[in-house]
Amino acid sequence: MSTALLVSFAMTVAMASTPILLASLGELVAEKAGVLNLGVEGMMLIGAVTGFAAAALTGSAYLGLLAAMLGGLLTSLIFAALTLGLSANQVATGLALTIFGVGASALIGAPFVGRTIERLGPLLPQALAGHPVLRVLFGYDLLVYLALGLTAVVAWWLRYTRPGLVLRAVGESDTSAHAIGYPVLAVRTGAVAFGGVLAGLAGAYFSLELTPMWADRLTAGRGWIALALVVFASWRPARLLAGAYLFGAVMTFELHAKAAGFALLPPEILAMLPYLATILVLTLISVRPGRVSTAAPACLGKAFSPA
Amino acid sequence: MVAVITRRSLVAGAAGAAALPFAGAAGSAQTPLGIGFVYVGPTGDYGWTYAHDQGRKAIEAEFGSKVKTSYVENVAEGPDAERVLRQLATAGNKLIFATSFGFMNATVRAARALPNVWFEHATGYQRAANLATYNARFYEGRAVCGTIAGHLSKTGTAGYIASFPIPEVVMGISAFTLAAQKVNPNFKTKVLWVSTWYDPAKEADAAKALMDQGCDILTQHTDSPAPLQAAEARGMLGFGQASDMRTYAPKAQLTSIVDDWAPYYIRRVRMALDGTWKSGDTWDGLKEGAVRIAPYGDAVPENVRREADRVKEEIIAGALHPLTGPIKDQKGELRVKEGERMTDEQLSKMDWYPAGVQS
Repeated sequence: MSTALLVSFAMTVAMASTPILLASLGELVAEKAGVLNLGVEGMMLIGAVTGFAAAALTGSAYLGLLAAMLGGLLTSLIFAALTLGLSANQVATGLALTIFGVGASALIGAPFVGRTIERLGPLLPQALAGHPVLRVLFGYDLLVYLALGLTAVVAWWLRYTRPGLVLRAVGESDTSAHAIGYPVLAVRTGAVAFGGVLAGLAGAYFSLELTPMWADRLTAGRGWIALALVVFASWRPARLLAGAYLFGAVMTFELHAKAAGFALLPPEILAMLPYLATILVLTLISVRPGRVSTAAPACLGKAFSPA
Repeated sequence: MVAVITRRSLVAGAAGAAALPFAGAAGSAQTPLGIGFVYVGPTGDYGWTYAHDQGRKAIEAEFGSKVKTSYVENVAEGPDAERVLRQLATAGNKLIFATSFGFMNATVRAARALPNVWFEHATGYQRAANLATYNARFYEGRAVCGTIAGHLSKTGTAGYIASFPIPEVVMGISAFTLAAQKVNPNFKTKVLWVSTWYDPAKEADAAKALMDQGCDILTQHTDSPAPLQAAEARGMLGFGQASDMRTYAPKAQLTSIVDDWAPYYIRRVRMALDGTWKSGDTWDGLKEGAVRIAPYGDAVPENVRREADRVKEEIIAGALHPLTGPIKDQKGELRVKEGERMTDEQLSKMDWYPAGVQS
């Protein structure tokens, strides 16, 4: 295989993995705090459309990123208000949020169908990215690095800092955390908001970099893969990183293999893979009784109202 | 992917049309004729569904208050489509267009259950007294694209991003390849199946994979402008799909096959209003204006434009059929004899590829 081919392959993998990593990292933090937000796809779509709209209106893809974060944040706050404020069912609200996101993004995006923008583009000057190795390492846009950096920060923050410990405590035992005096709902709102911001960024990665345009349902179900990935990673950021890149690699490899003339697996099987892997991991977790308590946050999906 | 409920029924006035009685001929002076559309994708896809929705708007513009159109988008291909079809019928629609191949079985069942409603199924082949089929000869447009690709491809290999191996897609790949081989006998088409009609990011990744494999011209049978955009980013060339996608790829787009369903839809609605609607199978093409060729891009030199125009004119005049023998399949077996033209019947069941197609 030629170097150019390898470089292209590696770069496609990194770029295909980035939005999934961003969205699932945000969801991981929310779930660690005990909130199951199934609205990732909806928040991503809102992020994608607000990001694109802002970029189209201002001419700056970076302002688009800011708008996308804001869009994702606001959407997640709707979810927080309903599930944390009013103790609505998290599963139903999350699903509703996705349906809302699909519709609202199409509505906001209607005037922007057919418009084009300047994509984010590589962060570093082309001169630095002349050599193939340098290009694989430095040839990306801001978000690829941001996703990697944030994963490390979140992993460290959850494990080694006091606020991280509080967040995990809230997710493991809301009543105990409340009894000690931690603001359970405030912590959860913060976690959901963080998830919204990252989902917004993940969505914007589609409309500002991967496919710089707006078209309805632009993210085409990546939000669900992000959700599956959190379980696949058994709520650990390092495994999340591995899972996201593995998924990106499998998908990209399949396309390259087919283009080169050999089909390894039917495409339908590949589309199933992330979900199959998730079921497998869930099964493995639950057949080892000792590990159940350490995997899923104990209060995941449960409503909490301070008495 | 997952069974997400991605269906918004932005039904324009379905409630109002609900009062429409089923009995009697449609189109009495006062009650508008209810016309329903079932779409496989979003109307904002700028591709297949967008083109059908332009047709729906053309009906509204043509007939005004005599009709009332409504649509349901993002309907999954398969059994669930039947529910949507029945819902549209219950809402008072008298003429219903199911605009994707995968709605075939659902439409057949709905037509059997609702004999008072007229159904029209795009790109299918099963008909009934109240179920007509219609299609456009996109392969004619693809032959024009193939001619251009044959002239302009330096590697002699085009990349073809394809959705599902249904006859509609198969005949497009074949017509494209055969037309290109008339210019360059060694021309090859690499087909990459992505198993979706619409997933911009995946379509773009498929485009990159094909370009990495030496394809310098891309064409597609999926619905988003993403592959063309990927070609533009790498300085490669490509063809648009379903609508003129030049804004997305001003340098890369050589031309685009533009779907125009409006003439057919207007014709059929007029028949429905007059009470002369009959089942049948209609294939309109370049000649009828159902398939149009978008203005050529700057990358198409003058002599190639002339060649492409000549192919177009000959097809319109009936002097040229893009799928004329001799055609050998991938195994080298002669499938269509010298001088023989494939019939519509054969085309609508086509499940083999000419030599030179790598799929």
